[in-house]
Amino acid sequence: MRVWRRNYSGRATRRKYYRPSMTEPLIVAENLRKRFGEFTAVDGIDVQVQKGEAFGFLGPNGAGKSSTMRMIACVSPVTSGHLRVFGLDPATHGAAIRRRIGVVPQLDTLDVELSVQENLWLYGRFFDLPRAEAKRRAAELLEFAQLTERAKSVVETLSGGMKRRLSIARSLINEPELLLLDEPTTGLDPQARHVLWDRLYRLKQQGVTLVLTTHYMDEAEQLCDRLVVMDQGKIVAEGSPRSLIEQYATREVLELRFAADGNEAAFPKLEGIGDRQELLPDRVLVYADDGEHALAEAHRRGLEPESALVRRASLEDVFLLLTGRSLVD
Amino acid sequence: MTTPGAFRVASWSLTAYRRFWRLNLLSSLVQPMLYLLGLGVGVGSLVDRNVGSGDVLGSVSYVAFVAPGLLITTAMALGAGESMWPVMGGLTWQRGYHGIAATELEARDIVLGHATWMAVRCGIAAAAVALALACFGETRSWGLIPGVLVAILVGLSFAMPIMAFSIGVKLDGAFAGVQRFLIIPLFLFGGAFYPLTQLPTLVQWIAKFFPLWHGVVVARDFSLGTVDWPGVAGHLAYISVWIAAGIWVATVRLRGKLYP
Repeated sequence: MRVWRRNYSGRATRRKYYRPSMTEPLIVAENLRKRFGEFTAVDGIDVQVQKGEAFGFLGPNGAGKSSTMRMIACVSPVTSGHLRVFGLDPATHGAAIRRRIGVVPQLDTLDVELSVQENLWLYGRFFDLPRAEAKRRAAELLEFAQLTERAKSVVETLSGGMKRRLSIARSLINEPELLLLDEPTTGLDPQARHVLWDRLYRLKQQGVTLVLTTHYMDEAEQLCDRLVVMDQGKIVAEGSPRSLIEQYATREVLELRFAADGNEAAFPKLEGIGDRQELLPDRVLVYADDGEHALAEAHRRGLEPESALVRRASLEDVFLLLTGRSLVD
Repeated sequence: MTTPGAFRVASWSLTAYRRFWRLNLLSSLVQPMLYLLGLGVGVGSLVDRNVGSGDVLGSVSYVAFVAPGLLITTAMALGAGESMWPVMGGLTWQRGYHGIAATELEARDIVLGHATWMAVRCGIAAAAVALALACFGETRSWGLIPGVLVAILVGLSFAMPIMAFSIGVKLDGAFAGVQRFLIIPLFLFGGAFYPLTQLPTLVQWIAKFFPLWHGVVVARDFSLGTVDWPGVAGHLAYISVWIAAGIWVATVRLRGKLYP
């Protein structure tokens, strides 16, 4: 592991690029738009990502996260607005930008008929790494992705989590300054997600700038220093996970579940408890700084929920409060 | 010194090919031998006994007449087949093209990489056929060597336009249609197994529109030693137009697909 870090961190390389403009953000988007015919996928967003940051685009499916990511990755032309990556214009310097970024796409693009290490070597070849250098980096990345033992396995035989780790390893073969991850853990089981988060956290510690999209709240809270919440192509909120929760939600949330069809009947009786209440199909939420106190008040009003849970407010609540809709349908 | 993008892309295909090259090469050798035996011993003995066949075939045995046709049709079938399912795989199934598009390479590199790889594959397959042909006295000729080069061009003249077509295909059923309504008819009516003059004029014109016949004529001239240089130049130029047009359209269409 130590070997990998020493080689990977590559400070000298990065300093070479950044010395003249240490303060310039890595990504600048102003009034950025993406249209597909009549449909507006991204509707005038402003975003800045600083070097070394872990930045997230949070939102439900169809919010415009992936379209934004694809524009930043220089694989989708900007419809209108201003976009600079490393201070360069994707329209004119697409290849030059792509040389310096790593991309983990939403759908894996691995060659499943080739072995794990062959996938890495070949990807290195696309960046014109000399064969020996590609092999050296591949060996380090296999170690990093905990796939060394599967180096010679055909990709088809790997589990979903392993394939995802291989995708991440592959995206690092060109030692990118910026790593773009589009829904890195969608479809993975909880254990595989935690392994992946751990790897991404290490990358962040090594100074790699991470930009990721997710519709998982816990993922955003785990990984992101700062994030924007997107809905229908627009940014509806921006800040650190903590500040967003503080700004848009209460400290705690009381979740009440009533017996069949009881939620709707109980909802009006909760009025005035906590800061606000939200009726969902399967439960009622009460936003309150003191959840236990709110629960006591509900009991005092004669309500008898089948179950009651007091928990910390999460980004899920922020999203619900901002858009009136829940994130995962 | 940077490696051209096309070579970087082709090295991917080469890595995949290394997994099955032995079997592939063996079948490239065995298949033409089967054709030669079947057509030469079976059909050939009938044709050559027929009074007047020499006038139509140009005073050579049937096997000698058919041999260059085998060389060229092999390249056509390979170029066409390898530019259908594999292209759709790169775009839709395994999505390898999207992976490449995320690197410093772009659509042009992928198309030229495919062309490079098709040239290699068609060269290997045609060389195997030439080797098989060289095993028999009647079909042995120095003209097989330029014939292999012609086969590479014909392979590309099918591979590149079909790649352009495959980029827009939504369901792979379309490929069976290409095989049935283009490749097999050209195989049968493209001048490989008998002179085009045996066919109605309209069919002749259709066959001459596609690059196969032009390649067969040139390869036959070489292997029978009846080279007419201006004619050869004209045929090769026509084949090259197909290749260039295929590369151009494929690049434009692939760019549209990869960078929407």
